[in-house]
Order: sequence, then structure tokens, then C-alpha cells
Amino acid sequence: MKLKGWRELTPGAVILEAGNAVKFKTGSWRAFKPIWKEENCIQCLFCWLFCPDMAVKVKDGKRAAFDYECCKGCGICALECPGKKGKKAIVMVEEGT
Amino acid sequence: MSKVVAATGNEAVANALRQVNPDVCAAYPITPQTELMQRFASFVSDGQVKTETILVESEHSAMSACVGAAAAGGRVVTATSSQGLALMWEILFIASGLRLPIVMPVVNRALSAPINIHGDHSDAMGARDAGWIQLWSENAQEAYDNTIQAFRIAEHMDTRLPAMICLDGFIISHSIERIEYLEDDEVKKFVGEYRQLNPLLNIEHPVSYGPLILTDYYMEYRKAHNEVMTKVPGIVLDVAKDFEKISGRKYSLFDAYRLEDAEIALVILNSAAGTSKDIVDEFRSKGVKAGLLKPRLYRPFPYKEIGEALKHLKAVCVLDRADAFGGSYGPVFIDIAASLYRYKEKPLLINKIYGLGGRDYFPEHAALVLNELIEIVKTGEIKTFKEYIGVRE
Repeated sequence: MKLKGWRELTPGAVILEAGNAVKFKTGSWRAFKPIWKEENCIQCLFCWLFCPDMAVKVKDGKRAAFDYECCKGCGICALECPGKKGKKAIVMVEEGT
Repeated sequence: MSKVVAATGNEAVANALRQVNPDVCAAYPITPQTELMQRFASFVSDGQVKTETILVESEHSAMSACVGAAAAGGRVVTATSSQGLALMWEILFIASGLRLPIVMPVVNRALSAPINIHGDHSDAMGARDAGWIQLWSENAQEAYDNTIQAFRIAEHMDTRLPAMICLDGFIISHSIERIEYLEDDEVKKFVGEYRQLNPLLNIEHPVSYGPLILTDYYMEYRKAHNEVMTKVPGIVLDVAKDFEKISGRKYSLFDAYRLEDAEIALVILNSAAGTSKDIVDEFRSKGVKAGLLKPRLYRPFPYKEIGEALKHLKAVCVLDRADAFGGSYGPVFIDIAASLYRYKEKPLLINKIYGLGGRDYFPEHAALVLNELIEIVKTGEIKTFKEYIGVRE
């Protein structure tokens, strides 16, 4: 995204477009990345519910892929994930490994 | 048609606020501002204004409530002094950073410790770089006139910046002077209907105030703030022109008193400028080419215009009613020196610190300084660059 110059800014940094937080890409903040293991997923959607951002996508009522442009890597989804038979459906992996 | 009355500076400013009839006022009492807000609160109680007053527990809250009300879309006022302004300091930057045109009379008073209630400029000088407009006033009439003009300047759609109107505590705030009030209708027409800019309460167009701006944009917002400040002097002059039409009183960025053909001059803010003008007249009658410059728009500081007005002089004394402890010079001196820095030919400059904590500034002080300037011109030599006057050894 091309960054705006100082002449193009709204006075006082007021945000004029409701709901534009969706454009704020926070994926670069991440140190740990959540990996979804579909085989262990019971479709409880806890991860979708607990995600403080909008990083867990749901399609037709089913768990879909992570949106890594939004995911800050907080790890809440992995913590909350009940998994299946003691095996987590979300695990955190260090970025760059 | 104007009405001539005898009133204190506080009374005059409170009356200006009554005539403007702002939407919201959140304030906390502090000497010497108390009388101002007490009088305004009476106007509210008596139904003479429709202003919503908010009782708060501190000046920090007062300015915070003002920020909320202004962001919501209201015309907002408050007033303070000294420690009150100091307590507001954090929120001053939020008001200006959000570009909210809050109007605030500041009844200048010394800062603690030692605790002191009298007039000096330490309070407003501490907030001079908070991104606000500052208009300074010599007497009650100017404080009244500046207050009315401040609404037009602050609320201008090209700028939207908060504005302080500075007047000397007790010397002006509590002394009774002859004042000409404009008619209520004239003031109402002059300030006009309040125009909102991106109000929070417009639910048709929801907006957010106060987002986090990090390394990628913070500097652009600061640059924009600095740039918008450069538009203020032009607006101040336009508003002054309109104000002259209804009042007959002329205002500019600064008051240049007998300066054009002067060789020596004083630069001094607020009430002490009045005292000094009498002594300038005295020296003129003795054939000394003395003059005076009294800044009115102090922030943004009109460096270019002031530099042009002073550059032809041989020697200038800048008198400061505040000091920068352990720094180089008083705040006004620093700005005057900076405005002359660009010229090859410029006057010799000295700095005097006077009147701290309400210490009287006497005509003799002005005479003493002018005589020193005469001596400096004669010898071409400065003995003391910065000095306290009216202080016991």
C-alpha cells in the first residue's frame, strides 16, 4: 500500500471510514505463527470465537484457513483449542523456522 | 453601537463568553481565573446563555471534557491559570493534535513552588509549544476583543486549532478599567454559527477520534500540524480587519509602537507594555528615538514580520516575565533572537527578566532599560546579556 503524504491526511487523524480496521494489516507483528491441523479439528469454532482480531476465517459454517495478514500470533486460538483425543488442531510455530 | 462600562478583565472576558454563548464549558476554579468562571457560571444559572456547564474535579478533567465535547461537535470553552494550566498540560496536546478549536482564556499567574498567586507568564510560556494558538492582551479591552476574535481564528475551517487568550493575573484580571462592549447581536453575528468538522455525534457518518499513529505516519501528522500553523497569521489579520469594522479597534500580529523611525526599542508582552509606552513617550519628548514592540500573536510566532519590524534598530531589550532556569534566555528573547538571526544587519540584543510572581514593574524600570540601550548604542558594547531587574541583591 502506498503511504500518503502529509497533505493528504485528515485533520487530527480522524478516521472517516467506519470499519476500516480491516485494512490494518498486523501480520508483520507476529513472532509465532498458528498452524491449523485439520485432521485434529472438531469444528468447535472456539478459535474463531476467541480470536481478538479477524484472523480465523469461517466459510459455510466451517473452519477455514487463517488470514495471516491479520494474525498477530497471540496464541489464544492455540491455547483455547480443545483438539481431538489430546491432539491440538492449532499449534504455534516460531516464524522463520 | 457599543456600551462603555467599568469592569475587571475577568468580567470583560466572561461577558465575551456570554455574548458568544458556547455549547459547552468545563472548567475548574483557580485564582486568579476564579472570578471569570464564577461570573460565567452566573450567566448559566440566570439563563442568559444556553451553555452546558460540566462540573469536574480537576483541570486535567476540565480539558478532557472539553476535548470530548469539541470532538462531539460543540463550540467549547474553558479558562484556567498557573497550576491549572500545568495540570492540563497532557491534554493540551490532545486538543491540538485532534485539531479541536477549544477557546481558553488563560489568566497568567506564576507557578509553584514557592506558591504564589500573582501575575507572571511562566504558566502560558510552559504551554507555548503545545500546538495551540496564543493571543496575548495588554489590558481588559484587548482581552475582551481577543476572546471574541479567538473563536473566529480557532474555528476557521482551514486551521481548526485551539486558542489561548492570555491576560495578566490581578493586574488585568482584577483591576477595573474602562471597556467598550459590543452589542450582543454584533458579537453573535461576528462569531457566526458554529461549523462542525467531522463531529462524533453525526451518526449518519460514524468517525473515530484518537487512533494510534506509529512510525509510518506520526511525522506526517506533525508536519501537517506545523504547516497549518503557518496559515494562522493570515487568518488573524483577516479576522482583525472584520473586527475593526464592528469595533473601530485595530489589531495586528503585534503592536508596533513608535517603532518605524526608532533606534532603540523594548519588546514586552501584556500589561507591562502599557507602562512602557508611557516611558517611550517620555524619551521621545526628550528627543530619544525610542519605540516598543508588543507581540499579540505569540503562537504561531510571526518570525518574519517581527524580524522585519525590528531589523533596522540599533539596540533592543526583550523583557521576559518568565525565565528558563538554567537555559539561555527568557522565552520571548529566544523567539526575538531567532526572528533576527536571518539578517546580517541586526540590533544588539539584551534580555531582562522582570515582574516574576507579580513583582511590580515600574516606569523607572522601563527608563533604566532605555538608558542602558542608549549606552549600548553609544559604546557598541553589551556589558550584561541577561539580567534580573527589580530584584534585591
